[in-house]
Amino acid sequence: MATVTLNVVRGDAESGASFEKYEVPFRDGMSLLDAIFWIREHVDPSFSVRYSCRSANACKECSAFVDGKPGYLCSIRAVPGSEVKIEPLTGRPWIKDLATALE
Amino acid sequence: MEPLHLQTDVLVVGSGAAGLMAARAAADEGARVILTDKSLISRGGATILAQMTVAVALGEAEEDSTEIHFEDTMKGSRGLADPKIVRAVVERGPEVILEAEGYGVKWARTPDGKRSQAFAPGHSKARCVYVDILNTGGATAAGLKKAIWKDEKIQRLKNVMITKVVVENGRAVGAIGFEMEEYRPISIAASSVILATGGLTEVFERNSASANMTGDGFVLAAEAGAEVRDMEMVQFFPIAHLFPPLVGIDPIMWDPFRYKLGGRLLNGLKEEFMDKYNGEVAGKYTAARDQTTLAIFREVEAGRGTPHGGAYLDFTMVPEDKLKEAFGPVIDILRNQGVDLTKDMVEVAPMAHFMLGGVRVDEAMRTRVPGLLASGELIYGMHGANRLSGNAITEALVTGRIAGETAAREKSDALDEAAVRQAFEREMERLTQFWHPTPVERDSASLQAFKRKLQKVMWKGAGPLRTESGLKEALTELKALGSELDRISLAKPGKFALSLFEKLEAANMLKVSEAIVLGALERKETRGAHVRLDYDETLSQPSSYSYVLNEAGDWVVTEVPLPAGS
Repeated sequence: MATVTLNVVRGDAESGASFEKYEVPFRDGMSLLDAIFWIREHVDPSFSVRYSCRSANACKECSAFVDGKPGYLCSIRAVPGSEVKIEPLTGRPWIKDLATALE
Repeated sequence: MEPLHLQTDVLVVGSGAAGLMAARAAADEGARVILTDKSLISRGGATILAQMTVAVALGEAEEDSTEIHFEDTMKGSRGLADPKIVRAVVERGPEVILEAEGYGVKWARTPDGKRSQAFAPGHSKARCVYVDILNTGGATAAGLKKAIWKDEKIQRLKNVMITKVVVENGRAVGAIGFEMEEYRPISIAASSVILATGGLTEVFERNSASANMTGDGFVLAAEAGAEVRDMEMVQFFPIAHLFPPLVGIDPIMWDPFRYKLGGRLLNGLKEEFMDKYNGEVAGKYTAARDQTTLAIFREVEAGRGTPHGGAYLDFTMVPEDKLKEAFGPVIDILRNQGVDLTKDMVEVAPMAHFMLGGVRVDEAMRTRVPGLLASGELIYGMHGANRLSGNAITEALVTGRIAGETAAREKSDALDEAAVRQAFEREMERLTQFWHPTPVERDSASLQAFKRKLQKVMWKGAGPLRTESGLKEALTELKALGSELDRISLAKPGKFALSLFEKLEAANMLKVSEAIVLGALERKETRGAHVRLDYDETLSQPSSYSYVLNEAGDWVVTEVPLPAGS
């Protein structure tokens, strides 16, 4: 089965940041946010990420750095067989995992 | 963290168009306001996803009046709208549209400087203003956000979930909740509480609203003693995106393009079919949402669906330059994902879109609990059994404004802080029990996975097509899910404690799901959005269904006959 590997920043200011790798089964049309939902459903429900509209690129809550570039997790397709590095936004206080103190 | 104990004149729960407008209006009347949202202020909820149309009788495109808007809305409601609410909304529609424009919501203009007003199905006049074809909701939210952001009378609290409205001696006197980023319990003593929490479409597997629309306000209101109406009435949006899977688009974005370009709906045999059901003329777009939804499902049922169980939406007859002009940047988003609209059709199918029923209020947005008001999608009365395109943002803006004005004008000077503090202690105890029935190091289950199970049950049993056996099965499965939820235990809260929200949301989703199913069983007819395959007639005597929670916390559903032809 095709998978996509997410290499994601986990942790908070107290515990410190570390990268964790997750291998997620690929589904046709999957976004990176969908892949994170799979992790929250099957591996670790305590994974923190902001999201609201989920697919429409409207709420702008799921902002993160993807392979070093800022983007919206709901609007970037997961590519089977690839590995993606996902980090929280900089310039805002970091809260936990991918969540930052957005207004 | 240490609890936060706050006081205000008006507490507004929810920051979509209704909540933002309620906060603005209450502050305009001189009240101090606290505005909370589970998500970021102005970013969650449905407003931000609204595509294009805002229906209002400005009469700039053609002669129009609030009376005609009233009649169109009543007619569209299939006999179930509350005339007092419809009148209150349509009459102040023009005023709030101009007010929003003052906040920087730039309604599109025609070359001669009038506000553009587009036609939408069910409206007999061209009356829908818009900012642009895909971003009217976003622009509305952005304008209202600016209008409240720097007002020192309005305190904003993001990532706060309200879990209880405090009622003392029959009057709402505040609310209890907590902030999730740092996990901080909060009590708010308030003279009035306005609920503007939006709908409940997240209970369905296929839905088009934000993830935080979990029906919280219906439960908060009912637990405080308010009456809710017609919970079985959920609007399914007919032509939501089905296939191929796409990212970065709103699944309901096809609608405005269909208005503009006359996209054709075809069945699996690539034949037009809308004419068979509603006499809709090829290339035109006149059938209301309930009619189109039913027509698509009838085709699927008859074995004439598309491979994924919907209908085709076809723009291939539209010249490429016109497509490019209308779709703008969307055409690239589509092309990057392998969809070329000059050659490819997409598959569309209905999706849960809007809650038609809700909290019963009077024309000043008061519930039957003094001090507790409601506004926006949360209320009952504006749409009956079918909402016309464009009537949602109008409803949100007007009812938000009315609720804010009423709350501020009727505020009492004395706050009952003692009652709120007592309720706070009790509520924190309840929440601790609810979140942590057994001590665990890690969450004992994924609430996101739990919600997905619930959504499948509701889509299958209480979705766009309903039967007694399907509904009864759903009710049994909901009960089992309730026991499963009770047993889920969460780890001690840390930062960004999303699971705490999720368990409460899941409980609210179960409670409103149960109401939807109970009402759908009671309503033995097909009317508007409510389709019973085993009762396909529409009864000549329209009835509304009233829901209250009894002392045991169970729904009690009562039929309320309405005047025929109302």
